[in-house]
Amino acid sequence: MLTTPSAPERDLVAGLAQPLRVLAEDGTRHPDPTLDPLLDDVDEELLRSLHLDMAVIRALDDEAVALQRQGELGLWPPLRGQEAAQIGLGRALPETDFLFTSYRENGLAWCRGVGPEEMLAVWRGTALSGWDPFAHHMATPQVIIGAQTLHAVGWAMAARAKREDALAVACFGDGAVSQGDVNEAMAFAASFHAPVLFFCQNNQYAISEPVTVQAAVPIAQRPAGFGIPALRVDGNDVLAVRAASLLAARRIRAGEGPMFLEAVTYRMGPHTTSDDPTRYRDEAELERWRRRCPLARVERHLEHLGADVEQLRAEAQRRGDEARTGLQEAVTALAAPAPESLFDNVLTTEPAHLRRQREQFRAFTASLAPEGAAS
Amino acid sequence: MTTMTMAAALNAALGDALAEDGDVLLIGEDIGTLGGVFRITDGLKDRFGAERVIDSPLAESGILGTCVGMAYHGLRPVAEIQFDGFVFPAVDQIVTQVSRLHYRTGGRVRMPLTLRIPVGGGIGAVEHHSESPEAYFAHTPGLRVVTVADPQDAYSTMRAAIACDDPVILLEPKRRYWGTGEMDTSLTADLDSARVLREGRDATLVAYGPLVVTALEAAVAAEDDGIDLEVIDLRSLSPLDRDTVAASVRRTGRLVVTHEAPGSVSLASEVITAAVEDCFAHLEAAPERVTGYDVPYPPAALEEHHLPGIDRILDAVDRTLGRRSSREAA
Repeated sequence: MLTTPSAPERDLVAGLAQPLRVLAEDGTRHPDPTLDPLLDDVDEELLRSLHLDMAVIRALDDEAVALQRQGELGLWPPLRGQEAAQIGLGRALPETDFLFTSYRENGLAWCRGVGPEEMLAVWRGTALSGWDPFAHHMATPQVIIGAQTLHAVGWAMAARAKREDALAVACFGDGAVSQGDVNEAMAFAASFHAPVLFFCQNNQYAISEPVTVQAAVPIAQRPAGFGIPALRVDGNDVLAVRAASLLAARRIRAGEGPMFLEAVTYRMGPHTTSDDPTRYRDEAELERWRRRCPLARVERHLEHLGADVEQLRAEAQRRGDEARTGLQEAVTALAAPAPESLFDNVLTTEPAHLRRQREQFRAFTASLAPEGAAS
Repeated sequence: MTTMTMAAALNAALGDALAEDGDVLLIGEDIGTLGGVFRITDGLKDRFGAERVIDSPLAESGILGTCVGMAYHGLRPVAEIQFDGFVFPAVDQIVTQVSRLHYRTGGRVRMPLTLRIPVGGGIGAVEHHSESPEAYFAHTPGLRVVTVADPQDAYSTMRAAIACDDPVILLEPKRRYWGTGEMDTSLTADLDSARVLREGRDATLVAYGPLVVTALEAAVAAEDDGIDLEVIDLRSLSPLDRDTVAASVRRTGRLVVTHEAPGSVSLASEVITAAVEDCFAHLEAAPERVTGYDVPYPPAALEEHHLPGIDRILDAVDRTLGRRSSREAA
């Protein structure tokens, strides 16, 4: 567990001056010596499927925002703009790797087969977490900023202890790198050589605070202080994110210890549906990032390759509509749980004081029933 | 059955748990090579290796947070926080994660982790080394909070805590580590029950952890005045065994609760409230609490005044019996 990786591997840091990118905004493909070896399998079919995945999670996200505006959801954290970061990572890992995420990673949840009811339950307030972590190999969304990074490290240490090949992924945002837990997670991961991938989606804002309030240097520079190699990639370039994730996973699985990826991206919408981003950022900045749209970039690339992009757009529209319909149907299917379930699962066995409170609740509820009504 | 110190009993419990279950591991600062600052984990790294007795980075939230991930993946981590006052950096992970994961996931995730904390004063320590943080944790649903008072109880409760699928905070009274008693590894304990250590008819004296010994000594001293005290060791602070306390108060009609932590919003408050709810009609006098004062833990030169001792306990017993107490002095 405490073996030391070879020095050159440990020193890998790339993309600090300019995030690694292989697809330019105009869709042209550019070589990159670090990522190119991981891109051999990229063909038109793969590009199409990555585009479709991004289109579907954008549609899901748009629909969830609409559902919140209609009063069907209490809150929603939009991911628009971060589709390439989430699909790039989600499509690079086998399902046996375990994800520990924050609350904005619904694109990853979709990659892991989380159903619409499961995805919406927490935001509709019918459950504190909507899915079975073990069924999807993905912990349910974490609200406390950065807390899940330590869980990923612990899971990775356990996987190592059990001699498993799987790795844990800790997903977090740029704001989280200021948290003690994220820094403690890197210290633990490096000290114990844990098979964990730190995946930071730097979307430029922690609610209203720009990333410059969190870090005076590129975030990917920080893990070097822990002895963790890092890559900084263009988070709106799905090929770059996927290649960097493949590279990191391959190295971690080979026993090289933890690795850190910073995906430089942008949250196009508000932090959550409660938020007003016009108070802290301007139209010129938004316009710069609109030009970096991860979906448009792949479309332009496919155009360069001579693919039938109109057909692709139609397919994306069809699948997106399906996903939207799925969410609409899921919302109406989500009902409040039985009131008495309030008392379930506090401990693995029910202690006397909770049994007493449950009985008192039952008696009080029954006392409200109209006289003569059947109990 | 052999005689040993509480420290040795705890060490034996950890060693036996590690030997019997490959999923158990220990993690904490200085617990490996050093054997812990109180030597509770002495020799265990040599027996079980550095992967099962892990010297961690100096980061309490890190210790608890990685334990969450380990428990997520089926291990049964036993974490040590070196001193009571150092648990506070880890409170976020304990309160927002450890205590809630079972509930928030509808019972799918279990957190079979044990958090050992040496607690309490009376050893002449510096700041942050003598705290009694139990009420913070007892206030948090989803945690079990238990204390131990003697070597047998320490061994049996530690084994039960590690075997439990709930998160257990096990408070070890550090000034009792070196007290000796009989210990039989075949005896078991549950995590829910208080125990009546001494039967008596005049008043019920409730204590836990470091003050159990003091309470028993107070009961012996009370005999000289012809007062027959019943002594209860609460053991479990959450959930609280209020039935055992109520049954005793129904017999004695009087209740005194003692602990080291400040008395306001405390375990004493809770025990007394429970007794009032459960057996008000049997109370012959207002219940009393004898606790640390509502001050930060004082410098060591003053701690003997802060910590409840035999005389303060008996003074409160006198009040419940309507006898002359310090509060009626001329």
